[in-house]
Amino acid sequence: MTQIELRGVQKYFGAVQVIKDLNLKIDDNEFIVLLGQSGCGKTTTLRAIAGLETIDGGDVLIDGKPVQHLKAADRDIAMVFQSFSLYPHMSVYENIAFPLRATRKSKAEIDSEVRSVAKTLQISDLLARKPSALSGGDMQRVAIGRALVRRPKAMLMDEPIGALDAKLREEMRAEIKRLHIKQGSTTIYVTHDQIEAMSLADRIVIMHEGVLQQVGSPDEVYSRPANLFVAQFVGSPVMNVADVAVAEKASSASVTVGGAATGFEFPRALLSKLNGHASDKLALGIRPEGVIVRREAAEGFLPVEAQIVEPLGSFDIVDLKIGSKMLRARTRSGFVSGPGVKVFARIDPAQAHFFDTASGKSLGVRL
Amino acid sequence: MATAVMTTLDPNSRSAARGMSDLTIRNLFIIPTIIFLIVFNIFPLLYSLGYSFTDFRASSPAAANFVGLQNYRELLNDPFIWSNFAITAKYVIVSVVGQVIVGFGVALLLNRDIPLKGLLTTLLLLPMMLSMAVVGLFWKLLYDPSFGIINYTLGLGSFEWLSNPDMALYAVAITDIWMWSPFVMLLSLAGLSAVPKHLYEAAAIDRAGSFYTFFRITLPLVAPILMIAIIFRTMEAFKTFDLAYILTSQPTTEVISIRLYKMAFQEWQTGRSCALAYIVLIMILAITNIYVKYLNKVKER
Repeated sequence: MTQIELRGVQKYFGAVQVIKDLNLKIDDNEFIVLLGQSGCGKTTTLRAIAGLETIDGGDVLIDGKPVQHLKAADRDIAMVFQSFSLYPHMSVYENIAFPLRATRKSKAEIDSEVRSVAKTLQISDLLARKPSALSGGDMQRVAIGRALVRRPKAMLMDEPIGALDAKLREEMRAEIKRLHIKQGSTTIYVTHDQIEAMSLADRIVIMHEGVLQQVGSPDEVYSRPANLFVAQFVGSPVMNVADVAVAEKASSASVTVGGAATGFEFPRALLSKLNGHASDKLALGIRPEGVIVRREAAEGFLPVEAQIVEPLGSFDIVDLKIGSKMLRARTRSGFVSGPGVKVFARIDPAQAHFFDTASGKSLGVRL
Repeated sequence: MATAVMTTLDPNSRSAARGMSDLTIRNLFIIPTIIFLIVFNIFPLLYSLGYSFTDFRASSPAAANFVGLQNYRELLNDPFIWSNFAITAKYVIVSVVGQVIVGFGVALLLNRDIPLKGLLTTLLLLPMMLSMAVVGLFWKLLYDPSFGIINYTLGLGSFEWLSNPDMALYAVAITDIWMWSPFVMLLSLAGLSAVPKHLYEAAAIDRAGSFYTFFRITLPLVAPILMIAIIFRTMEAFKTFDLAYILTSQPTTEVISIRLYKMAFQEWQTGRSCALAYIVLIMILAITNIYVKYLNKVKER
């Protein structure tokens, strides 16, 4: 049972503020992913929770007790590093046993704990080896084993699979998820890979330049991004964002992208929901799957020209030129035969997001 | 592991323009060194091996007679020679252990972010840049019983460092420790800074105390390079001549190289001293070999 709470945490590196007034509450057994670009302060946040980094303001609470003045060893938190940080001169067994030996557990106890953890992680046959004789995936299993063996209050993981190749990363991702479900411990996981974040997290915490942008379930941050940064950071391929002009029509609203001759048709309700928001500060966000493409002309579809077709196997991403802007659409593979083809496109109003371009905030319009 | 021994000469370089090939340039650099080595090292080494089986005296015009292993037999049965070896062994142990403790200790102190670290390290290295003779001469003054600064600072009155037969060897060892601890420190510092910082972080997360971290993480990882420092210092201490010769002339400080010097250049027993030199060489080789074996074992871990 471990709750971790950050209250108004501030951290400076020299004159640069890397964490700006961070507030976050993590519940027992929750799997939290800190997501952001490199340099956004996510790793610093994790290290501050671990006690490897001091903070310049605010509180770090574990189970309600402030721990910011405690050393890492006194916080009873385990951590898995991106560089694995295995002790190179010790065997796998000794590596896993290290945290138990350091706290002077009995020999029999150590042995049974190490073997049971090794069994869980399926590394029992590697116990006698040195880390240098292991593959990347096995090294990370050992590192996770070393963290698990002492049943810590919480597990912190700093891009634990970032150094592995793509296929192995996918395997280890599934393994970490399986392990979390089985062991159920409060986990904070740092990554810059949004697919990792989406697939693992109970809640995702998105950070940018030291500021927390949004906290929510993977579904929430994907379908209801709080601002332009989250909208464009989460989701691959990236969400289309374009400045738009909204005009009133007889029975509908017209949303013009990139100064095109005609606008996309939206329900009239959009107007009241935008509530007279200054139209020169309005941006439309639409994910590629929200751009619907047809080969023939139809009611509500605008003629566009395909510029680039990126075949991605199960689907294609097609860049469509509309006015002076490009809209990326997701189509069935092979749907658009190649560049230069004329097709017809429409925007699904239900998947459209509207943002204030000045503040970047979402206007929360749902249609 | 295959590594390229030679990289190919850049065809645009000036040497290439002069029509020199890789091979020519290699020879140009290596041959003088090899000639120098043969003339001043290998030739005397072999020549003295020949002398060690004779009764040759460089001071007399008499021709050398072949005496077989007689020199070796007599030397190895001579209790005085063995007492010289015992003195040498004691000196080596005291001085090398002292250097490792002081040098490694100072390296541990320096292995953190402190202001003026670079300057401090350079200043600490000064003793080993001095000449042995200079160090010997001014430590003689420092040790002086009547006006030496050591007795004055420690309040020892007129304690005799160098003329006291029981103390003299330790006095020489202390000087050697002062002079050569920086060498151990330098190598240890290199070893310590090569231990990745994230291992210490991992150990902190694993709740290891500072002693446990030192003995289970730091020491094993620095051991190989520390071992190299110990090998060098043992070999050097075994060969010590100048310091001991300049500082004192006590019979208790007659290390093996002083005995060798006296035998060769005061008693002019050239053949015999060649034999002794070979015995010393074999001993140093043997000791070094033990260390190297151990070093390889440490490296394997």
